Amino acid sequence: MQRFSIVSLARNALTGHKDWPRYWRSPKPKAAYDAVIVGGGGHGLATAYYLAKEHGVRNVAVLEKGWLGGGNTGRNTTIVRSNYLWDESAHLYEHSLKLFEGLSQDLNYNVMPSQRGVLNLAHNLGDVREGIRRVNANRLNGVDAEWLTPAQVKAFCPIVSISPSMRYPVMGATLQRRAGVARHDAVAWGFARAADALGVDIIQNCEVMGFDIRQGRVHGLRTTQGEIATTKVGIVAAGHNSVLCDMAGVRLPIQSHPLQALVSEPIKPIHPCVVMSNAVHVYVSQSDKGELVMGAGIDSFNSYAQRGSFPVIEHQMAAVLELFPIFSRLRMMRTWGGIVDVCPDASPIIGRLPVEGLYLNGGWGTGGFKATPGSGHVFAHTIAQEAPHPLAAPFAFERFTSGALIDEHGAAAVAH
Amino acid sequence: MTGHRLPSGGRIDRARPLSFRFAGRRYQGFAGDTLASALIANDALLVGRSFKYHRPRGIYAAGAEEPNALVQLGAGAYSEPNARATQVELYDGLTADAVNAWPSLEWDLGALTGLVSGLFVAGFYYKTFMWPRAFWNRVYEPAIRRMAGLGKAPREADPDLYDKVHVHADVLVAGSGPAGLAAALAAARAGADVLIADEQAELGGSLLAARGTLDAWLRATLDELRGMPNVRLLPRTTVFGYYDHNYLCLLERRTDHLGPAAPAGLSRQRLWHVRARQVVLATGAHERPLVFAGNDRPGVMLAGAVSTYINRYAAVPGKRAVVFANNDGAYRTALDLAEAGAQVLAVVDPRESSPGDLPAQVRARGIEILNGQAVAAATGGKRLEAVSIGPLGGGAARGVACDLLAVSGGWSPVVHLFSQSQGKLRWDEAKSCFVPGTAAQAQRSVGAANGTFALGAALAEGLNAGAEAAKDVGFGGWRAPEPPIVDDPKEAPPHPLWQVPGAEGRGKSFVDFQNDVTASDLRLAAREGFESVEHLKRYTTTGMATDQGKTSNVNALAILSDATGRAIPATGTTTFRAPYTPVTYGAMAGRDRGDRLDPIRVTPIHSWHVARGAAFEDVGQWKRPWYYPQGGEDMHAAVRREAKAVRTSLGVLDASTLGKIDVRGPDAAEFLDRVYTNGFRKLGVGRCRYGLMCRDDGMVFDDGVTTRLADDHFFMTTTTGGAARVLEWLEEWLQTEWPHMKVYLTSVTEQWATVSFAGPRAGDVLRELAPAVAVDEESFPFLSMREGVVAGLLARIFRISFTGEPSYEVNVPSHHGLALWEAVMAAGEKHGITPYGTEAMHVLRAEKGFIIVGQETDGTVTPLDLGMDWIVSKQKDFLGKRSFARPDTSRADRKQLVGLLPADPAEVLPEGAQLVWDAAESPVRMVGHVTSSYWSPNLGRGFALALVKGGRDHHGKTILAPLAGKTVAARIVAPNFLDEGGKPLHG
Ligand SMILES: Cc1cc2nc3c(=O)[nH]c(=O)nc-3n(C[C@H](O)[C@H](O)[C@H](O)COP(=O)(O)OP(=O)(O)OC[C@H]3O[C@@H](n4cnc5c(N)ncnc54)[C@H](O)[C@@H]3O)c2cc1C
Repeated sequence: MQRFSIVSLARNALTGHKDWPRYWRSPKPKAAYDAVIVGGGGHGLATAYYLAKEHGVRNVAVLEKGWLGGGNTGRNTTIVRSNYLWDESAHLYEHSLKLFEGLSQDLNYNVMPSQRGVLNLAHNLGDVREGIRRVNANRLNGVDAEWLTPAQVKAFCPIVSISPSMRYPVMGATLQRRAGVARHDAVAWGFARAADALGVDIIQNCEVMGFDIRQGRVHGLRTTQGEIATTKVGIVAAGHNSVLCDMAGVRLPIQSHPLQALVSEPIKPIHPCVVMSNAVHVYVSQSDKGELVMGAGIDSFNSYAQRGSFPVIEHQMAAVLELFPIFSRLRMMRTWGGIVDVCPDASPIIGRLPVEGLYLNGGWGTGGFKATPGSGHVFAHTIAQEAPHPLAAPFAFERFTSGALIDEHGAAAVAH
Repeated sequence: MTGHRLPSGGRIDRARPLSFRFAGRRYQGFAGDTLASALIANDALLVGRSFKYHRPRGIYAAGAEEPNALVQLGAGAYSEPNARATQVELYDGLTADAVNAWPSLEWDLGALTGLVSGLFVAGFYYKTFMWPRAFWNRVYEPAIRRMAGLGKAPREADPDLYDKVHVHADVLVAGSGPAGLAAALAAARAGADVLIADEQAELGGSLLAARGTLDAWLRATLDELRGMPNVRLLPRTTVFGYYDHNYLCLLERRTDHLGPAAPAGLSRQRLWHVRARQVVLATGAHERPLVFAGNDRPGVMLAGAVSTYINRYAAVPGKRAVVFANNDGAYRTALDLAEAGAQVLAVVDPRESSPGDLPAQVRARGIEILNGQAVAAATGGKRLEAVSIGPLGGGAARGVACDLLAVSGGWSPVVHLFSQSQGKLRWDEAKSCFVPGTAAQAQRSVGAANGTFALGAALAEGLNAGAEAAKDVGFGGWRAPEPPIVDDPKEAPPHPLWQVPGAEGRGKSFVDFQNDVTASDLRLAAREGFESVEHLKRYTTTGMATDQGKTSNVNALAILSDATGRAIPATGTTTFRAPYTPVTYGAMAGRDRGDRLDPIRVTPIHSWHVARGAAFEDVGQWKRPWYYPQGGEDMHAAVRREAKAVRTSLGVLDASTLGKIDVRGPDAAEFLDRVYTNGFRKLGVGRCRYGLMCRDDGMVFDDGVTTRLADDHFFMTTTTGGAARVLEWLEEWLQTEWPHMKVYLTSVTEQWATVSFAGPRAGDVLRELAPAVAVDEESFPFLSMREGVVAGLLARIFRISFTGEPSYEVNVPSHHGLALWEAVMAAGEKHGITPYGTEAMHVLRAEKGFIIVGQETDGTVTPLDLGMDWIVSKQKDFLGKRSFARPDTSRADRKQLVGLLPADPAEVLPEGAQLVWDAAESPVRMVGHVTSSYWSPNLGRGFALALVKGGRDHHGKTILAPLAGKTVAARIVAPNFLDEGGKPLHG
């Protein structure tokens, strides 16, 4: 792997940038691998990277039906935070946030983390109670968290309205200063480039169509580029996890929904942080290109189509203008949707499935981008060691039979 | 002076001169001008600076596809960033500024980045700014962000109004060029209800920019359409989104063209939701730039735009012009220029020969045609100075001094809406463009949007499509009207030229102007492995600017296909996503602002609460009285007074917001048995029962009292915030799982007003107001309901209590609610009746250990965790029951509801405080949290409810709440603080 730096950039400028190598190879699939990861999104690529880097498992393929990073990884609103309520979640997301903080250096690729702070606004007494509870829990869990009064909210984000005449006035907010946004594509590309350099085969335009399962054990997969033998498969296919698991005869407690996002035309920097609101239901940040990036809740119907309905966007516009009346004359430039896999308790599933050799990392729903490095890290451990990473253990598939759910619905504000 | 206005011609109104300001200078234009055409007429072509390199940029196109001419329009609260000058209609007094230039358009410091532009290739930022690590947050990132963005957001709230319209149409026609008008005409004559929308102020599309052709037909057609009652014409209206089931969204601009002269009260823009049975897409085509060095110099323009400025606006963009095109159509521009008096130095055509009719006319005018040649470079600074022309295959080039270069790389049909509708595109090799392929919805594409570029053919296609569309919606039996006679010139096929060979070494060749993406950026991306179009877009940002790649997408794709050695169709297409052009936020929000963001629900007694100065709490959509401060009381003082009054005498609460569901049918009792944890089948008529509902995971979901009105008729109450959720939940089970059950649910929340009076004197009040109702213990026991007359009103009286005091909840039809309330107030006066709000109600119920769903519960709490085993049936089955058997749900050490008494009685724990046994432990183990906490006037101390791991086994123990700055100790007690007689239970 050619190292990226200002020096290599300057050197290549002299030769008209003609000598830059490919980020990743474009290999044909081999007949067999030690492990195959299905899904070339951030989570799948991170899994492959850590398998190779930390567990020496390098004979690995990542199979992606389209182009890598083209699923939710390249469609999300990039909010990264770790201020989750429950211990299990806080530890997992904090692990991920810490990895994020050193990710550019680790991957030798600038993933542009922007730790601009995330505000979760409270608009009613229930919100306030929930926010204070979460702040207390976060602090004791070693996650930075503050409770802000409306005046402090205004000081931190001067463009947000705290007018008492709002339909649902701002009654306070939680703030995580280390939280923020990062560049989603760069996360996918950085992991792909680094994994490729360690020998991982990233195979795009290769859709998995079925599994070879005999005596309760996986022996390989059928793909649009032929059959591949392997005894370990990690399914990391986000909105399509339920489809893939169905091929393996496993029914998941997951619903797939469209989730939309949109950006405004680029404007000069005006929004200093990330604002999320559950009661008024919208969240907004500004990208390093100047676009306001925003989203809200899922489209409530089930779908595998990467598009949602316009009225959902109209609702979130009304919400955003309630919080930011000065945005009214700005314009929406682009909208899109992804398919999110939502678990009943709004927490992911990480671990083995009832077919030997088959592992799942999914159910991240509307909020898994922030977990990308952490998720890949603990999942790689789980696959390589054939035993759950301690941080992943509570998120095992079995919790739906044991009842040990990790319900982040009631408590987690907007789940992004 | 090069750009100028012709003395006659065009569609501007010379009798109405308008003055305006751009970038600090005053100019004059005419009614009918766009800001762009007026600037061109004033020879002010330089309008902006590019995004990355801050290169000077001029007006490039004449419509929605314009990549360069973005301006900050207006000032103050009316200011609008990134307006496209080509679409801004001129009005008197208009002011606009360049975006992205500092300190000024002419002298822009950002242009210094051009000096190191060798480093700033596609994706450079991913490769650097990583060392030293701490610099990223403090130096690099802030610097990158400072460079970002184009225009500025206003700093004030928007004073304008926005509206929405919802309509149906038999046929929606998008685009009013010749093909669209023809379609509308044919459909309308057949009798269909037609809506035709066009983003421009004037209908006519390309006809407006063509010399003379079909002027009479245009006038006659528009007159006819205007006169038809079944036709709606929507100028200034962009069809921006095409969704499933022929549902389309349109943005109509109603006052933007009037500026400050807009009448007050008229909405600025209107968002149309149209459900059309048939759609005709007649959205035209966008011309493609040619890619060569310096192709972004101000003075390089699309050929079609040059013709538009000349013919429609009588504005001539240059004096000495060269035309560079790979197709016949652009020869029209050479003729238009010559006609307008400009000197046309040459037409440069990379094709070996140009045998068509139009080149023949050009040749006849004595204009030189340079076949087999190309422009390899354009030079100049803030204005084009010269172009370098040479043979395509290489060889000696010559410089030609000029101030205008009209370019045409062919045309791309505007397939955006077709593609949004999920239609599949097809690459047409002969025409070198994507055309609509397989449709997914009831639509037809016609004219240039369908790749049918010749006028006569487009007209015929439009007429046909209109007639067919009408026929499909039931207006058959008509033949399409005859098209007007048009003599389409014979044209030779275009020859694709995606990038001029040899240009690369001579300077930057731009593909996406607005985002400053060059051909070398695209090739670099391909070299680095970004071979998918979507990767290319993301890595280089091509096509991601405010024009969404209208002029650049196909060129970028073609260059990628060249770089990767694949044919264009094999390389891919990009997905077109809504909106076609950017849509104002305000228009999408419409009137759903402020109080209309979410409906405000108030009870029939609301006006009384307001008059008494109540403070309100938002509970769901409801406004509920929170407390009633008197004489300068703060909340705490008011709540103490209110809570005390209920325990010692009499209080009254407006409980009308409670959710109410009428449950009826032969299976009603069985149904309730299934959804509540406790049994309802045996409940006697006239009796009430408190019930808990669980989700299928066994977690508490809602609670409330349900009363049996008759054998097959129940009256259910829910929490205020949960009413809709509960009704949906019940309906889901009825409709999807138990469709055989005969049960009918009706929400009656708003049909009944509920006045609840509680306290030792409650019975006295009821006796006085309802003399005919026996109020004694025997005839009206706790948990029963009587129908009777209260204060002269027919009422349902429920003897139930949420405070632990004797209490009656009287329901009357909503419109009697206030009368009842006032009667209760009057009757209670002698007992010192005290209205109390939700806060006092919470204190009172917490003193008795009654839970509030959503406060003591958070979706992870079972009835057993709450110590409510008494309400969980062991016999019957119910939703959630099976989950109780799961190992985790039946664990002994789950979090359980307890009471807390802080060691210091003056202490009131904050709700949400976490609880630990050992605060010194690290990491500290959290074993629970405070769910409710208050000061109790009845206990004379602070107290709380909490969930604590294995809490029921720890009564009497001390637990700690580590807070910011201090740690509070509290004793765990049973979650009930008052005995039956109202005496404190825990000493
Ligand atoms: C609009 C939107 C906004 C969001 N906002 C945020 C946010 O602000 N913060 C946050 O933390 N999270 C957010 N999320 C969630 C986040 O994007 C996801 O949780 C996360 O990206 C999931 O990562 P992934 O790698 O598992 O999924 P993906 O990137 O979707 O990867 C799954 C891959 O599997 C591939 N695949 C599917 N089926 C097959 C098959 N049969 N064979 C081969 N490959 C297959 C897909 O093509 C896809 O590339 C958002 C999501 C959306 C849609």
